[in-house]
Amino acid sequence: MSTHALTPDGRGYFGAYGGRFIPEALVAAVEQVADEYEKAKADPAFGAELAALLKDYTGRPSPLTDVHRFSAEAGGARILLKREDLNHTGSHKINNVLGQALLTRRMGKTRLIAETGAGQHGVATATAAALFGMDCTIYMGEVDTQRQALNVARMRMLGAEVVPVTSGSRTLKDAINEAFRDWVANVDSTHYLFGTVAGPHPFPMMVREFHRVIGIEARAQVLDRTGALPDAVVACVGGGSNAMGIFYDFIPDAGVRLIGIEAAGEGVDTPRHAATLTKGDPGVLHGSRTYVLQDEDGQTIESHSISAGLDYPGVGPEHAYLKDSGRAEYRPCTDDAAMQALRLLSRTEGIIPAIESSHALAGALELGRELGPDATILVNLSGRGDKDMHTAAEYFGLLDGETK
Amino acid sequence: MNTQLSGVLAAAKAEDRAALIGYLPAGFPTIDGAAQAVQALIDGGADAVEIGLPHSDPVLDGPTIQTADDIALRNGVRTRDVLETVRQVTAANPTVPVLVMTYWNPVDRYGAARFAADLAAAGGAGCILPDLPVEEAGPWLAAAEELGLATVFVVAPSSRDQRLATITASGTGFVYAAAVMGVTGSRNQVGEMAEDLVRRTRATTDLPVCVGLGVSTAAQAAEVAAFADGVIVGSAFVQRILDAASPEAGYAAVRELAAELAEGVRKR
Repeated sequence: MSTHALTPDGRGYFGAYGGRFIPEALVAAVEQVADEYEKAKADPAFGAELAALLKDYTGRPSPLTDVHRFSAEAGGARILLKREDLNHTGSHKINNVLGQALLTRRMGKTRLIAETGAGQHGVATATAAALFGMDCTIYMGEVDTQRQALNVARMRMLGAEVVPVTSGSRTLKDAINEAFRDWVANVDSTHYLFGTVAGPHPFPMMVREFHRVIGIEARAQVLDRTGALPDAVVACVGGGSNAMGIFYDFIPDAGVRLIGIEAAGEGVDTPRHAATLTKGDPGVLHGSRTYVLQDEDGQTIESHSISAGLDYPGVGPEHAYLKDSGRAEYRPCTDDAAMQALRLLSRTEGIIPAIESSHALAGALELGRELGPDATILVNLSGRGDKDMHTAAEYFGLLDGETK
Repeated sequence: MNTQLSGVLAAAKAEDRAALIGYLPAGFPTIDGAAQAVQALIDGGADAVEIGLPHSDPVLDGPTIQTADDIALRNGVRTRDVLETVRQVTAANPTVPVLVMTYWNPVDRYGAARFAADLAAAGGAGCILPDLPVEEAGPWLAAAEELGLATVFVVAPSSRDQRLATITASGTGFVYAAAVMGVTGSRNQVGEMAEDLVRRTRATTDLPVCVGLGVSTAAQAAEVAAFADGVIVGSAFVQRILDAASPEAGYAAVRELAAELAEGVRKR
């Protein structure tokens, strides 16, 4: 694969996907983000400040953990977890948030807004707002405020306003719609700190760049630990930020399979899933051309996943490109398979993963059985599961006597 | 270029007044009732109308039009119903320009060339595509131009002068100037930013400049008519239908408001 295709072209396209489908009112603001990002990238002081925050505030580098007892359930393949769950705030989301918060300060803006599904991006954004003394409003689907109540409390504790969104499917898609509406009205003072590798150019590229640290660290750690590159890198994909972050620096390593795991909900042959790359079609959603779960008329279909963070009917355009080019593979994983993987990792390794990341774990279990005991599989453990205990307790009946 | 639309706007100018352009979504309050609602706009005095294509993700719309879109989609409105409403309205009002206002994805999904052809066949005068920037509009513009459909682009108070020139060079029919920074919906104040934007837009083009977003009363229409070629009103009409006890009462209220606004645009 040639390297030039890995960078979007001047109009923000990865092959046929990406671009900038936005209202005129946001064009100046999005161009300002793009210009400021290019300036920041060339400024050693910006890089140094971000590196110091990642080290001293986030706690990077995040460790690489061999999970021997879990691996035994995966056909004996060696599974290595990239521990983004151990970052400050509990997920990979903080990497991008700190980068964009520094950018916001450079642009002279004083207010951050963000969408959140599982609440991890909202918590990270509220954290950065507290750290930098900025105002903060987080939009979260009403359904998600209920299933991720702990994170709502965390955001409010950090001083952010959390707005439950009651339009549409009341999940992540609608939270993004509402954040865009806020941004159009308040663009002079406000930066929309977009939380995934979707949206209009430059967000897919910029958010990926802020998360590349995951793959850069992991690649070196795996080489150091095993003396070789892994056979496969596995990550969950909703919008796709943790996956792009860990995939990107492995793209030139042709022998390394890149496997994104999408949320299949109750199954990809039912109407209740969020497997956009598996079941969607190219279209335009939230500012870029990408795969979208849509009906015959181009109306977005409501997605479903037990995981709020993967419950999204779109996906980042670079994933759409990697799918079509064949460089990455995308597989579905049901709610139940993810929940079983969540429980398995908890009980074999003493690590409670987020439900989102549990989709990647379930994918690794399946892949390990396919590849056999000689294989090494790197899994991005993108977040921790504390926020999911309400859902897990209900799912497994943990609070009313015997577990299932 | 659409001669019908240009002609209507020129006629208003010749009368030394602004044009009144009314908006209502298709499928609302019902699929069959939409054409009656639009007829009420015209009967009340709208010079041209925009028929909205309801969307699942109306990111540029405030709560009023979101509610109407939601009702329309729950009514089961399809893209073909939107085109049928256009056909009904143009058949009954051959001299009134009818535009479709739509987010891009439904057109993309339908096929840009096919949508343009079917809109032209239904008697439509053009399209307003508020989330399709000029940079992405190439395939649509080619199809629209061939069929004589106008493509109306939106400019915003945040648009810089150089960008205004780029946008107005690609647009036809008129330029849609967003009066305020924000989503659709009634507002108390609309004038100040809009006047400056209209002035800056006029410096780049001879196209008529019509102002929308926030206008809901005859007094506001008169205020905007003092500096714009047209006044666009949407949410206030939708609200009249939402507030009405029956569809018929809604149409009557739309007709009444259109008549008030038509008076307003004549008091520049």
